[in-house]
Amino acid sequence: MIEIKELHKYFGALHVLKGIDLNVQKGEVLSIIGASGSGKSTLLYCTNGLEAIQKGEVIVDGVSVHSKGTDLNKLRTKMGMVFQQWNSFPHLTALENVALAPKIVKGKSKSEAREIARQQLEHVGLGDKIDNYPSALSGGQQQRLAIARALAMEPEYMLFDEATSALDPELVGEVLDTMRLLAEEGMTMICVTHEMGFARDVSDRVAFFHQGVMEEIGPPQQIFGEPTSEHTAKFLANVR
Amino acid sequence: MNFDYTFHWRPVMRKLPDLLEASLTTLQISVLSMIIGITFGLILAILRMNGPKPLAWIATGWVELARNTPALFQLFFFSFGLGAFGLHLTPYFIVLAGLTFNNAGYLAENFRGGFQAVPETQMRAARSLGMTAWQSYTRIVIPQVFRIVYHPMTNQLVWAVLMSSLAMIVGFRELAGETQALAFKTFRIFEYFAVTALIYYVMVKVILGLSRLIAWRMFRY
Ligand SMILES: Nc1ncnc2c1ncn2[C@@H]1O[C@H](COP(=O)(O)OP(=O)(O)O)[C@@H](O)[C@H]1O
Ligand SMILES: [Mg+2]
Repeated sequence: MIEIKELHKYFGALHVLKGIDLNVQKGEVLSIIGASGSGKSTLLYCTNGLEAIQKGEVIVDGVSVHSKGTDLNKLRTKMGMVFQQWNSFPHLTALENVALAPKIVKGKSKSEAREIARQQLEHVGLGDKIDNYPSALSGGQQQRLAIARALAMEPEYMLFDEATSALDPELVGEVLDTMRLLAEEGMTMICVTHEMGFARDVSDRVAFFHQGVMEEIGPPQQIFGEPTSEHTAKFLANVR
Repeated sequence: MNFDYTFHWRPVMRKLPDLLEASLTTLQISVLSMIIGITFGLILAILRMNGPKPLAWIATGWVELARNTPALFQLFFFSFGLGAFGLHLTPYFIVLAGLTFNNAGYLAENFRGGFQAVPETQMRAARSLGMTAWQSYTRIVIPQVFRIVYHPMTNQLVWAVLMSSLAMIVGFRELAGETQALAFKTFRIFEYFAVTALIYYVMVKVILGLSRLIAWRMFRY
């Protein structure tokens, strides 16, 4: 379970997250929507400790992420993350991209790591691309590669930061399908997304962020059907 | 105008083994100055990007001097310059220090550009997988930087080989120094320098060819 309590984040004088309270249960799929600059990415970075926080607490399975003694590298192995910019490692083949972290972070043997990598590439539909370098893959394939790379660490949680935003429209579907597949398999997911269809169909809950505040959170039918905040209503009217 | 110089190649050919041996010295000192220069260049680049202010300034000063003053003067600094302070290096170390100083300055700029060309998101992605900062640098960032600076590094090695010929001015007998010593003993000055120029040419071509071969084997992406 991920517990976010009274979280405040500043970049210098800029108050980016203004007291976020949020729990994500095992098996849950949460989508986060909101205008650009509202702090959605920052929340994800604070959740896996890529960004420091100024106040509050993030607790993952009982471990306080930002406490001094916390082994962040170990903690991150249970939280996979997929970013907006495709950042496959260009100097490694698809297989090497996926096998590297299991080998050097988890200490798996070379053959074990390669076997895991093969399975995960198969899993996201890239079984026929294992020896390709990322430069030979489309954007959608690179994002699926990034998903496979994260899954190879056998994470308990997956964080998606607008995984489809930088893709050509015709490539969005294949990545969303992969994310859907993970949701069906019971993965716990936090998805920052601009894909309202995905948020509506796949998530258990949808949260709307506005200027560093979580304005409202609820089941998709409620958020999309009868939003209580006027900011939510306005945002949804604009994206439709 | 009457041109009555007759070429005599035989004396040069007789000394060819000496010239070839001296060209090994040239290669040896150039390669060594590259290895040390790469190490210092990396340190300078990192200091300039992330170092504490005074160290960053020193690094910047080094890079600026190395790139914007004549290489010959840099060599003079390590001979006459240090000599003025009572520090007398042997000709070998004068040349090694001069070449290394110059290499490090140029390479630091290449490395800095290389680091800047690797997107920050690569580091982020690596860290998000649980890699340590060290693992992320050595497995993800530096291999990419290395590819970016590979050709500039080859060029710097070529430059070091050619620049090492300045060593004859401080009396070190690498290829150029040896050539000068022999040439003025026999007065076959043109012949000696022509043959030596050819040796330099072949050395450079071999370095470039090898470098291309290695790149082709190493960079598959
Ligand atoms: N590293 C940073 N340094 C300074 N400001 C930042 C940084 N990252 C994000 N911000 C600022 O924080 C705010 C929230 O950004 P972000 O979390 O990326 O929003 P979103 O993902 O919702 O678009 C924005 O105003 C952004 O400019
Ligand atoms: Mg964002």
